[in-house]
Amino acid sequence: MTPKISARDVSVFYGAKQAIDHVSIDVDRDTVLAFIGPSGCGKSTFLRTLNRMNDTVASARVTGEILLDGEDIYASGMDVVQLRARVGMVFQKPNPFPKSIYENVAYGPRIHGLATARADLDALVEQSLLRAGLWDEVKDRLSDSGTALSGGQQQRLCIARAIAVDPEVILMDEPCSALDPIATARIEELIHELKGRYAIVIVTHNMQQAARVSQNTAFFHLGRLVEFGATSDIFTNPREERTRDYITGRYG
Amino acid sequence: MNNPRQPTDWTAAAVARRTRRRYAAERRFRLAGLAAVWLSAAFLAWLLASMVWQGTSGFRQTRITLPIDLAAAPLPVTPAQLRGRGADLALAGAGLDALVDRAAVRTLGPGGDALISDGAWLVVRDAIKRDPALLHRRFTIAVPAASAIDVAAKHDGTPAAEAMVATLDARGLLGIGWSGGFLTAADSTDSTRVGIWGALKGSLLTMAVTLALAFPIGVLAALYLEEYAPRNRWTDLIEVSINNLAAVPSIIFGLLGLAVFLGTFHLPRSAPLVGGLTLALMTMPVIVITGRNAIKAVPPSIRDAALAVGASPVQVVFDHVLPLALPGILTGTIIGMARALGETAPLLMIGMRAFIASPPGRLTDPATVLPVQIFLWSDDIDRGFIEKTSAAIIVLLVVLLAMNGIAIYLRNRFETRW
Repeated sequence: MTPKISARDVSVFYGAKQAIDHVSIDVDRDTVLAFIGPSGCGKSTFLRTLNRMNDTVASARVTGEILLDGEDIYASGMDVVQLRARVGMVFQKPNPFPKSIYENVAYGPRIHGLATARADLDALVEQSLLRAGLWDEVKDRLSDSGTALSGGQQQRLCIARAIAVDPEVILMDEPCSALDPIATARIEELIHELKGRYAIVIVTHNMQQAARVSQNTAFFHLGRLVEFGATSDIFTNPREERTRDYITGRYG
Repeated sequence: MNNPRQPTDWTAAAVARRTRRRYAAERRFRLAGLAAVWLSAAFLAWLLASMVWQGTSGFRQTRITLPIDLAAAPLPVTPAQLRGRGADLALAGAGLDALVDRAAVRTLGPGGDALISDGAWLVVRDAIKRDPALLHRRFTIAVPAASAIDVAAKHDGTPAAEAMVATLDARGLLGIGWSGGFLTAADSTDSTRVGIWGALKGSLLTMAVTLALAFPIGVLAALYLEEYAPRNRWTDLIEVSINNLAAVPSIIFGLLGLAVFLGTFHLPRSAPLVGGLTLALMTMPVIVITGRNAIKAVPPSIRDAALAVGASPVQVVFDHVLPLALPGILTGTIIGMARALGETAPLLMIGMRAFIASPPGRLTDPATVLPVQIFLWSDDIDRGFIEKTSAAIIVLLVVLLAMNGIAIYLRNRFETRW
């Protein structure tokens, strides 16, 4: 099976500073890949190259090749707007739009023209909220502001917003770091349910979380990919000493 | 450690003294703040009170009751002539003004025609137009008094006028009543006939031009500079220029308007169009600066969120950034507009200080604006203009308050609650 995303020799520079140094990695279909590593190791930076969110940073420069289904996303013909619809993203801090719950979810499908009739849009919103495990909690107050929800609910709303545009890959940048343990558990359950449908890449600081939710794990350190393999191998039998030191808590 | 630290004695006298000093400092600060607030509130109250005190009489008018006898000396006017557009002309041509003057002399004695306003006959004219039956009747009517009598009746006039007022009052001919004329008439040389409507309408037209230009251009410039423009030496230069532009004395903008709009483009002098253009130049930097700050205050996470679902930069700006920044932009716009509304100097340069006796009908008609009107009246030697000046200030303040009220309403409406 060909990988969903395949990165080859990717380097990222912020001005003169190199943040990512020749990273090559594959993201498989319908699995969860976790990026772990100490703060500042470049895992979030690398995640943001996968849907070209780094484009918003004026000084950022990316070299190498990132193929989505064999197509180079940094090629000149690639439409960034469509790319970001295909590769959705959930951020560290829940960032719902200060609009109604319904509008939060409906915004993406509307701008991409995925549903024009009101009934289709309603169905899409319901389906997305159902998949994000939020429907039962909000179905009676869809017109309330999305920012009035609790932190965990807001994050699930952001996930619903991401899946409403029917992406193929979902990038999650430490999605639980601002949440309490119960909300975190809900999100982890949700990741389990979603993985059959989307390729998911999750950045996390929480090693237990990486072990719980992912099938593959990549360990980054100082901008380099140190080790990449099946999660079970990385956590039980790492090849590299740096990986072992990190997952046993020597540094990080 | 060979010199171990002694435990701190928190009950020592020095500690208590420090605590007392801290409390005293807080009290002093609070009192100073309160004093500052009260001082400014007192000044504001004083200003408003003195304006209202002096200005309200500008909305009132002293009237003298005159008997008019059209039964004895009928005017050569037929009731048919009183219908339609020719009525004013017919009554003026029939010598109504002389008739009213004669009635004044007959009732008030020699020189009586000087005691009533030059516009007194207009009141009679309007009464006849309303009721043509008056053409053949004897009736009494209250007509506006001349400025000297008006001033003497309301405050303190010349000894001669005071004596005349006392006489008229004793004969029961004098009355003071509210007059709508001040709000509907335009400028005049006679203080009893002046009105603010001409200047108010000029101000409204000028503000409309200013808003229509400065708001869209200012907001678009702010959006472009914040969201699109690359950070380089050119944008730095533009930013510095805009900041400097906001600090340029307003009279310089007047000179610019004079040179560009009148000198180069030959637009009409004294017109609200040119005034609006000039004030738009002045207001735009304010809108750009406050707009940029409001746009900067929109959290980047919202932009990220929109970009991540595949919104294009234009969609990010118009669906998310602009709506969230709008309350701040509106606040800045109102500050700029309020400043423009109160601006006198640049409008003097482009000729809006002319004497304009009729309200402007179009953007290119000669007009004046409220602050210039206030400035002109405050210069007049006729004492009747003093209260008119204050009354005009009241009107200006009411317009300003109304504008601020609208701004607060709009801001609350668009305010996003997080």
